Amino acid sequence: MRLVVHNMLQCHVKGCVSNNFPLQLLDVELEIQEIEFNPRFLQNMLPRLDWRAFVTTAAQIGINSLPQDLPEVFDEDFLKKLHRILFETHIVQGKMICANCSHEYPVKDGIPNMLLSEDEA
Amino acid sequence: MSRPEHQAPPEIYYNDAEAKKYTSNTRIQSVQAELTYRALELLNLPEDEPAYLLDIGCGSGLSGEILDEEGHMWVGMDISPAMLPEVALDREVEGDLFLQDVGQGMGFRPGTFDGAISVSVIQWLCNADRSSHNPKSRLTRFFSTLYSSLRRGAKAVFQFYPENDDQCELLMNTAMRCGFEGGLIPTEDGKPKMPKALGEDGEDEP
Ligand SMILES: [Zn+2]
Repeated sequence: MRLVVHNMLQCHVKGCVSNNFPLQLLDVELEIQEIEFNPRFLQNMLPRLDWRAFVTTAAQIGINSLPQDLPEVFDEDFLKKLHRILFETHIVQGKMICANCSHEYPVKDGIPNMLLSEDEA
Repeated sequence: MSRPEHQAPPEIYYNDAEAKKYTSNTRIQSVQAELTYRALELLNLPEDEPAYLLDIGCGSGLSGEILDEEGHMWVGMDISPAMLPEVALDREVEGDLFLQDVGQGMGFRPGTFDGAISVSVIQWLCNADRSSHNPKSRLTRFFSTLYSSLRRGAKAVFQFYPENDDQCELLMNTAMRCGFEGGLIPTEDGKPKMPKALGEDGEDEP
């Protein structure tokens, strides 16, 4: 799962509606999978991103080079850096944990398991 | 042959053997491809613009391959663990895959996707596979969380094989109650077992 998707994801346990984003990353294993740089798509996605959550998540996996706020103007180098982190960095193993209800979503072979138990659904 | 959704829940029905059979059957593949192109056509996305799409019940990634070819980025979800890693990863699709029961709803932030497609999946949600399953509440959970994950004005296209009029009505009514607008598009009649498509609009944010 690409990091960009993690930024779109919140806990969906029934009744868990506040403080359920972003899911905290634990024991994650990352992998870089290169794809073509597509600045237009990236620009398209930026407004959908929760930047603060992105910065927090990046810090959890050791990326501390992001500015606290999304700059209003940026150059191609900045976009390339974002491309690397958002679209090429994959979570391949680990857990995503909801800060509110503590549900753990395991990630295995790059695929998050979002299945809930009967009483969570 | 009886309908697959009457034989077993999808995660059981699409076991390893069935998943492999499904992806190696060329007739199924070409029908799936045709339905995916049709769904994309109905989504009516801006031309030459890469979109961020959701593929509900992405199965083995047949539809995902087409989304890749068309230059879109996508997230696919499926309830069958056999379908996802065994087959989809072999196929090397570009999308991000999730193991998910869409009847439990989905957790995407509001306004994430430019559109959603679903090929031959939502009829499964009309079944009660477990005593705790209530099709109506599962459908409500599905449509409402999907609706909120779509951007304003985004469309969702569901192709499905309705069993009867009651099932059509249940699906339509639930989708409408969850905010969708739109309607049913029956495919050419006269041919037996032809699928029906359901195109729906997410016009406004809730
Ligand atoms: Zn939660």
